[in-house]
Amino acid sequence: MEQFSQVLLLFVSTVLINNFILVRFLGICPFLGVSKQVETAFSMGLATTFVMTLTAASTWLINTFILEAFNLPFLQYVSFIIVIASLVQFVEMFIRKTSPVLYKALGIFLPLITTNCAILGLALLIPLNGYNFISSVVFGFGAGVGFTLAIVLMAGLREGLQFGDVPESLKGVPITLIIAGIMAMAFMGFSGLISM
Amino acid sequence: MDSIYIYSLISMGGLAALLAAGLGFAATKFQVEQDPRIDQVEEVLPSANCGACGYAGCASFAEAVVKGDAPVNGCPVGGETVAKNVADILGTEAGKSDQEVAQLLCGGGNKETRQKGKYQGIKTCNAANTVNGGTKLCEYSCMGFGDCEAVCPFDAITMSENGLPIIDPEKCTACGKCVTECPKNIILLAPLSAQNHIRCSSHSPGKEVRKICEVGCIGCGICVRTCPVDAIEMQDNLAVIDYDKCVNCGLCAEKCPTGTIEFNGKLIEHVEINDKCVGCTLCAKACPVDAISGELKEQHEIDQEKCIQCGLCYEACNVDAVDLEYK
Repeated sequence: MEQFSQVLLLFVSTVLINNFILVRFLGICPFLGVSKQVETAFSMGLATTFVMTLTAASTWLINTFILEAFNLPFLQYVSFIIVIASLVQFVEMFIRKTSPVLYKALGIFLPLITTNCAILGLALLIPLNGYNFISSVVFGFGAGVGFTLAIVLMAGLREGLQFGDVPESLKGVPITLIIAGIMAMAFMGFSGLISM
Repeated sequence: MDSIYIYSLISMGGLAALLAAGLGFAATKFQVEQDPRIDQVEEVLPSANCGACGYAGCASFAEAVVKGDAPVNGCPVGGETVAKNVADILGTEAGKSDQEVAQLLCGGGNKETRQKGKYQGIKTCNAANTVNGGTKLCEYSCMGFGDCEAVCPFDAITMSENGLPIIDPEKCTACGKCVTECPKNIILLAPLSAQNHIRCSSHSPGKEVRKICEVGCIGCGICVRTCPVDAIEMQDNLAVIDYDKCVNCGLCAEKCPTGTIEFNGKLIEHVEINDKCVGCTLCAKACPVDAISGELKEQHEIDQEKCIQCGLCYEACNVDAVDLEYK
C-alpha cells in the first residue's frame, strides 16, 4: 500500500510539480510548434506520452541489465538516443497506418519527437533518480501526461487568443512565450503540494 | 581492461541489431501503400527539410507535388535541376496527353503588324502597356519586350528577331508564370499533343485587322465551318479552338485565308479501309460527313468524294483497319 501511494505521489509530482515543459523547460519546441489547435495538440501529447512511457521502460531495462551490469554507464547517451530514435520511427509508422489524418496534422513534429529534449531528459533522469522499473514507467507516463496537459492548456489559450486583441508587435510567437511564462509561474504554485 | 571494449561493442551492436530487426518488421507490417512517384520525387529533392516551399518537409512537398497541389518548381533550394527532375518523374508518368506547354496566341511580329510609333520608356511589356498599350496598332498583339522571357524560370522562352517569344516545348514545364506575367493575356497553356493553334487574340472586326496585321484573324468563320468536330468557335470576331475537342486534322489551317492557324502535324491525303475491318460500324458513326458506308459485320467502304480526310475514323477504329496516307 505504501508503495502504491509512493507511485501515485510520483505521478502527481511529475505531472504538476515537476512538469517537464513548465518547470523543467524541456520540450519547448513542440510546445510552441504544435499548440495552435487543441485537437492536434492533444494528439501530439498522446504520441509523446506513448514514446515517453516506452522510452522510460526500455531505458530502465537497458540501463539496469546492460549498462550497469557491464559497467558501461558512459554509453547512456548513445544507447538512449538509439532507443528513442527507433521508438519514434515505430510510432510514426504506426500512426501513419492507423490514422493518416493525425499523421498529416502532426507533420514534421512527429519525427521531431526524436530530437525532443524532453524524451532524452526523461531517459537521463531515470538513472539519475535511481527509480525502479515501476517508478520509471510511472515517471515516463507522468511526464507524458504533464506534457499533454501543458500543451493542451496552451492550445486552448491560443485558440481563444485568435479572437483577442493582441498588439501587432506581440502577435504570434511573442505572446505565446509570454503565456508560457505566466503558465510556468502558475505551475510554481504546485511546488508546495508534496514534499518529496 | 580489454573487456570493456568487447562489452561495449557487443551490447551496442546487439541493441542496434535488435532495434533494426524490430523496425524492419514494423516497416513491412505497417506498410502504407502510396503513389510510388511520391518516393521518387522525394529522392530527387534536396532532403533539407527546410520548409521553404511552405510544406512541413520534403516528404509532404513531394506528396503535394504528385497530388498536383504544389508546382513542380516549388522547391526554392533545389532550383532548376530539381524542378526538372521532378517534372521528368511526373511528366513521363502522366503521359503525353496530360502534359501542357505554353503557346503564344499571336503571330504578329514586327514584320506582320503595323506600328503606331516608337516607345522609349522602360523596356518591359508591363510598363509599355500602361503607357499606351505598346507600339503596335493592334491592341491585342504581343508587345515584344520579353517579360515572358524574363520571368521564365526554365529558359524556355527566347525572343525572336521578329519580336515574338519562341517557346521551347522541350524546356517548358507549363508552370504558367508567363501566362500570368503577360499583360495582354495572349499566352495560354495548351496540351503538348495539340498541333493546331490559332495564333491571334484580336477581337477587332475583320476590316480593322486586315489593315493592321497580315496574319490576324479576320473572323471569316471558314475554320468554324471546316472543322469536322466543331472544335472551333467564333467569340467576338475571333476564332477560338477547344483543345479538348480538336482532333489535330489540320483542315482549318489549310483553309484559313490569312494563315492565322498554325498546323504542325501531318495532313492526311488519303484514307482507306483495309480487310482487317470487322464491320463494327464504329468508323461510320465517327465520320462527320457520312462518307463511310457498310452493313454490320461486313467490310466498310469510304466514299472518297465525300471524305474530308479528318482521320476521325482512324481514331475510332479498334482493329487497325483504317490506313492513312500522309502528304
